[in-house]
Amino acid sequence: MKRRSLWLKIISAAVLFGAWQIAGMIPVSYAFPTFFESMAALVRMAFDGTLLMAYIETLRPLVVGVGISAVLGIGLGLWIGLSARFDWLFSPIFIVMQAAPLAALIPLLVMAYGIGLTSKVFVVCIMAMPVIVLNTASAVRNTPASLKEMGRSFLASDRMIMLRIIIPAASPVIFSGLRLGVSAGFIGAVLAELKITPTGVGDIITYSRSIADYPAMYAAIFSIILLAVLFLNFLERLEVYLFEGNVRGYASD
Amino acid sequence: MVMPQIKEAVNVTDMPQSDNAVVARKVSKTYGDVEALRELSLEFPRGQLTSLLGPSGCGKTTLLKIIAGLLKPNSGEIEVNGKPVTGPGPDRAFVFQDFALMPWANVLRNVAFGLELRGVAKSEREAVAEKYIAEVGLAGFEKSYPHQLSGGMRQRVGLARALSVDADVLLMDEPFSAVDEQTRRKFQEDLLNLVQHENKTFIFVTHSIEEAVYVSDQIAILLPRPSRVSEIIRPTDLRHKNVDNIRRDPEYLDIVDSIWASLRSYVE
Ligand SMILES: Nc1ncnc2c1ncn2[C@@H]1O[C@H](COP(=O)(O)OP(=O)(O)O)[C@@H](O)[C@H]1O
Ligand SMILES: [Mg+2]
Repeated sequence: MKRRSLWLKIISAAVLFGAWQIAGMIPVSYAFPTFFESMAALVRMAFDGTLLMAYIETLRPLVVGVGISAVLGIGLGLWIGLSARFDWLFSPIFIVMQAAPLAALIPLLVMAYGIGLTSKVFVVCIMAMPVIVLNTASAVRNTPASLKEMGRSFLASDRMIMLRIIIPAASPVIFSGLRLGVSAGFIGAVLAELKITPTGVGDIITYSRSIADYPAMYAAIFSIILLAVLFLNFLERLEVYLFEGNVRGYASD
Repeated sequence: MVMPQIKEAVNVTDMPQSDNAVVARKVSKTYGDVEALRELSLEFPRGQLTSLLGPSGCGKTTLLKIIAGLLKPNSGEIEVNGKPVTGPGPDRAFVFQDFALMPWANVLRNVAFGLELRGVAKSEREAVAEKYIAEVGLAGFEKSYPHQLSGGMRQRVGLARALSVDADVLLMDEPFSAVDEQTRRKFQEDLLNLVQHENKTFIFVTHSIEEAVYVSDQIAILLPRPSRVSEIIRPTDLRHKNVDNIRRDPEYLDIVDSIWASLRSYVE
């Protein structure tokens, strides 16, 4: 089973890259390099230190923003899910945040917080937090009543029910919120670099486009997607490690 | 016309009640405008199995949850071992109709969960859990997860969990309703053994007449809302007969018939 899914991943990657290579060779557009040209640029940037310097810049708002979003988002989500009053108070904010056109908010953020790290962290949080909060809250609200009742009948305190029943029961949906939130956070980090000040990976993209070095531009985009995929895989591993039985299915299946 | 004959077969005696593990006194419960129980009183003799039998929606689960301390009655009270119930307690353990197993925990952790919540050390609670896992016939499945088990096996896990906290009173809400017929019969036999060998009081909810007559020392028939106890039947003589022949026993069949006669008018 594990083996097969690994092969599937490799095959689907090969198909994707093959299509990219062919599209670049036709070429679809003069600004669209082939897969191998892009990979060559990626290797070159990896070795001359460009990528490393870029990621030191980009990862800062990303890690801080995703970290804040995960901790605060799960915390707020738990609270909203447990208390109807909190739900009434906070849910609308996150629903609006999720729907808000981020590009329109960026000038406001820059006005309030300048062009430094703070604004970029905000962008990442605005992208990542709503889905984490809303998923966590709905997962908590949907904890099977019979599991909570089971906990109470076996003398669990409210805290125990929270820690040993509600959170593990909600974990699949919390994790799917985290995955969506983290992906959105990656988008937010790059968006911030493109819209606020060109630094890090955003700088490579902007600069290489301006000098028509398209392989370098696609290499930068590819590298950030790759990083996102690797991180999502890591999250999946973490979930399997923490809640093994959850991942393999449900008792009610 | 048939009635007198049936009444004779059914033993509606009021035996001297020396010792009750659980007593319900004039318990009433309403959900909004739905009156589920009205002034229901019932005694549950210690060491015996009492069935709550009645059509769906007549308030059996409600009564069981009130006894468990999971629900508060609007009026009336429950006494367990002479003390009024104010909430869940270590003297009662619940077996759930839908099993209520934690999908993220393996069999061992599920069974030990009651003890885990009581702060019993890991090695100690796992030793107890292993003992009851073997007792319900699941030895070798300790590391399995609920979704890998059949319905019948899942309910055995629920039963082992309830047994492992060593409560005086076992509350079972239609525990066999979600398992297939063969498994169910095996369960019923095991339950009879359990009642005989464990020194516990069983309160057993069912909507199956045959099941109630097969396993019970005392059957309380509840009639639809607002529910009260309409009749108490004690198939006392059946309990001394050989388990293998009960289903062919004329007395068994008579009791089943007479219960059906009292219930049929409530079934459309
Ligand atoms: N939480 C609830 N809210 C409103 N009505 C309920 C609730 N629980 C049970 N009832 C109603 O109370 C009655 C008794 O329910 P229940 O005790 O579950 O019956 P049984 O277990 O005998 O099938 C039913 O009519 C049911 O609809
Ligand atoms: Mg019920």
